[in-house]
Amino acid sequence: MASVTFKIWRGDKDGGSFADYQTDITEGMVVLDAVHQIQAESASDLACRWNCKAGKCGSCSAEVNGMPKLMCMTRMEDLPTDQPITIEPIHAFPIMKDLVTDVSWNYEVKKRIKKFKPRSPDAADGTWRIAQEDVDRVQEFRKCIECFLCQDVCHVLRDHHKHEEFIGPRFFVYAAALDMHPLDTENRLEDLKDEGGIGFCNITKCCTTVCPEHITITDNAIIPLKERVVDEFYDPIKKLAKIFTGK
Amino acid sequence: MADYQVHEHDVLVIGAGGAGLRAAIEASAAGVSVGLVCKSLLGKAHTVMAEGGLAAALGNVDDRDDWSTHFADTMRGGQYVNNWRMAQLHAQQAPERARELEAWGAVFDRTKDQKILQRNFGGHKYPRLAHVGDRTGLEMIRTLQDHGVHLGIDVHMEHTIVELIQHGDRVVGAFGYDREKGNFRLFKAGAVILATGGIGRAFKITSNSWEYTGDGHSLAYRAGADLIDMEYVQFHPTGMVWPPSVRGILVTEGVRGEGGVLRNSEKKRFMFDDIPDLYKSSTADNEEEGWQYTQGDKDSRRPPELLTRDHVARCIVREIKAGRGSPHGGVFLDIAWIKERLPNGEDHIKKKLPSMYHQFKELAGIDITNQPMEVGPTTHYVMGGIRVDGDSQMSTVPGLFAAGECAAGLHGANRLGGNSLSDLLVFGKLAGENAAKFAKDNALSFGKEQEEQADAARRKALAPIERQDQGGDGPYQIQFELQDKMQELVGIVRNQDDLDKGVETVLAMKERAKTVTAPGNRQYNPGWHTALDLDNLLTVSEAIARAAAERHESRGAHFREDYTAKDEQWGKTTLVVKKGADGEMTLTKEAVRTMPDDLQKIIEENK
Ligand SMILES: Cc1cc2nc3c(=O)[nH]c(=O)nc-3n(C[C@H](O)[C@H](O)[C@H](O)COP(=O)(O)OP(=O)(O)OC[C@H]3O[C@@H](n4cnc5c(N)ncnc54)[C@H](O)[C@@H]3O)c2cc1C
Ligand code: SF4
Ligand code: SF4
Ligand code: FES
Repeated sequence: MASVTFKIWRGDKDGGSFADYQTDITEGMVVLDAVHQIQAESASDLACRWNCKAGKCGSCSAEVNGMPKLMCMTRMEDLPTDQPITIEPIHAFPIMKDLVTDVSWNYEVKKRIKKFKPRSPDAADGTWRIAQEDVDRVQEFRKCIECFLCQDVCHVLRDHHKHEEFIGPRFFVYAAALDMHPLDTENRLEDLKDEGGIGFCNITKCCTTVCPEHITITDNAIIPLKERVVDEFYDPIKKLAKIFTGK
Repeated sequence: MADYQVHEHDVLVIGAGGAGLRAAIEASAAGVSVGLVCKSLLGKAHTVMAEGGLAAALGNVDDRDDWSTHFADTMRGGQYVNNWRMAQLHAQQAPERARELEAWGAVFDRTKDQKILQRNFGGHKYPRLAHVGDRTGLEMIRTLQDHGVHLGIDVHMEHTIVELIQHGDRVVGAFGYDREKGNFRLFKAGAVILATGGIGRAFKITSNSWEYTGDGHSLAYRAGADLIDMEYVQFHPTGMVWPPSVRGILVTEGVRGEGGVLRNSEKKRFMFDDIPDLYKSSTADNEEEGWQYTQGDKDSRRPPELLTRDHVARCIVREIKAGRGSPHGGVFLDIAWIKERLPNGEDHIKKKLPSMYHQFKELAGIDITNQPMEVGPTTHYVMGGIRVDGDSQMSTVPGLFAAGECAAGLHGANRLGGNSLSDLLVFGKLAGENAAKFAKDNALSFGKEQEEQADAARRKALAPIERQDQGGDGPYQIQFELQDKMQELVGIVRNQDDLDKGVETVLAMKERAKTVTAPGNRQYNPGWHTALDLDNLLTVSEAIARAAAERHESRGAHFREDYTAKDEQWGKTTLVVKKGADGEMTLTKEAVRTMPDDLQKIIEENK
């Protein structure tokens, strides 16, 4: 058992600062355990979100020693505990209190994305036939736990605050999940180009690096979507065809 | 002066897990205005964590399956004290609910002929669980959430309800606060649906999150509703046991469904040692047959690892007590061994159990494709809860409905895995439909007296903060002690002395909780939230302890070492918990309703 110092950001939208806490760390503990222990020992009003404690719900996002992480999946053993560990809220969204941020913008963005629209059923009993390969292909995107860590690191949101014009990597993943859904028939490309601001993404891949679900956001979701947008709107032959067919 | 904001909805749904979302969708489809309140962010409720799958007799993998077999399995699992009407409706309607989920965008794993694939699970005669790898709950909640947001449902996330508001007996609204600012809210509603989930936080070792403090159970109880079957708490046989900080986190039954086996420190598959009579004819008596079953051989019987959860949990406790446990006080669960049988075993494990692979790798440093896991029982699910009418889902209080884990009846004395996700869909839908109808048929009446109730609820909620300098216990202190005591005295193996002590302890803690303090202010203050949830946790703990102390037999999840056998008379008895006229908790015995002949016949045919 070793006593470790934590510097945890305390405050609200009007400002705040780091406060020091000491707590004992035992074998196998994760950062979220340390935060809970601090809550129980010395700061019962320290705000943080969590639910599953197993990387399944995406609630406990924070920046640990400057790295965007799920606190419940960050083991103390992997951190240098001879120095203070800093924990602060994610930066891309407004602070509510301490480690809790206002992520409601994400829920609003999702509402604006056109919903799933299936083709008509394949069988008389109203069911569909889908090949397992098609399921596997889309599963990668459907694994997303909405932790918003990718939104946190994307410079378009974090540094340039383009929340009005850019939906962020999480929603490119969502759009890709719908786009590659074996049953979906909706076209969302124009929206991705205009409201989605997919053009702002300059493929830095920071989002992919932090995704706790190991979704290859940039290569598998964003780049194919960008290519489809280009095909649809900037391909000269298609453009001509459009003029003639009126489609 | 009322310092709260007022909202009005035809139907107010409390809880945004599978049950609440499905109810909100249905009510909204019926053309009424719907409000949906939840303690966490949308999409983070317990349902998101469900792993193994959703039980529905689709018959895609084995066409011998149909609703009557599912019904019989559910009743056998529940030891025949289930609400048979619910078990019937559930089995009949689950397939349609599963298919509807697909129409809303859920993507399930497929069979070779491209239909929804189904996997084996404990207590289900045929492969029945529709699933996607081991993250079925995520698929389900995301599908419902994404479908629901386009329906114009008003979502109030990170809001906690602390009291129901009544006009006479009838529930006409709810009172709560928003977690961010601690501001109060009054929700007026023509009908209220509770879909608040379970009570796992009453115990120390649990797979459940902070949300599971029995709020819905307790809100309904305080409003005068009946709670039934509270003695039946499911201890899932396989939770993680090491490292200590993850103790209790679930290891899906899907591991055993895919061929995983349980062994003790002597490397023995101890589950073959004790197979209950009720299941003898349907359980394999040798390892080879068990393995063939998990690989889809229709003529083989299931391995004993897939017996019902109550039984597997007790066998594990027996091994540990006999000194044949694993180093950290569990037993071994081995899926890596299937590599001996399957050439691509490692990939198969990663594909079928990706989140288990991930969970052990990252939290325990164990590669489950090479090493066995260490597992032990963990508090998982409560069969007991709010008594509802099987067809309408209305509680014994007018205008108050319940669905999902907080409602009781479907699962009897023990729930089969996979029967919860289907429960949420079937009864969420029925609750939404009937609550909407109730709200349309009964005009809302809300007056001065109701506002006074809201005021009283506000004063009660503020008390822990207002008395923060008066030296009472902090909320975590009481919560931890309660969890320790419940685990020790009201846990998996029970006896009269412990249970009586359990009741006394809870009553004493109730007194202490009256002076609980919460330092800080109302702004996103977990200490205050915990203090307010404590009241609910104590109410459900008392109900569990009292009912368990009363039931002098062992049945399903309720195991008494002083009454190890089932008792015929008790098998016909339901225990009902209700708030007495003087405010004390009362416990009464009631006869289980007799099953109609056609259902009885199905049971006989499936014996
Ligand atoms: C790890 C794990 C794995 C599981 N795997 C399976 C499986 O494979 N198959 C299966 O069938 N079942 C499984 N279960 C069980 C199943 O997931 C749950 O029983 C089910 O999800 C409960 O759903 P629900 O809709 O009733 O409640 P929940 O999904 O828990 O939702 C409860 C909601 O109520 C809200 N709430 C609670 N109190 C209040 C309040 N006071 N005010 C406002 N809102 C409130 C919460 O915020 C939440 O939104 C599993 C459970 C766990 C923990
Ligand atoms: S790859 Fe694109 S979306 Fe991802 S972080 Fe970089 S700019 Fe943002
Ligand atoms: S894509 Fe990955 S990082 Fe982004 S929200 Fe989903 S799980 Fe989190
Ligand atoms: S608590 Fe669920 S992801 Fe961390």
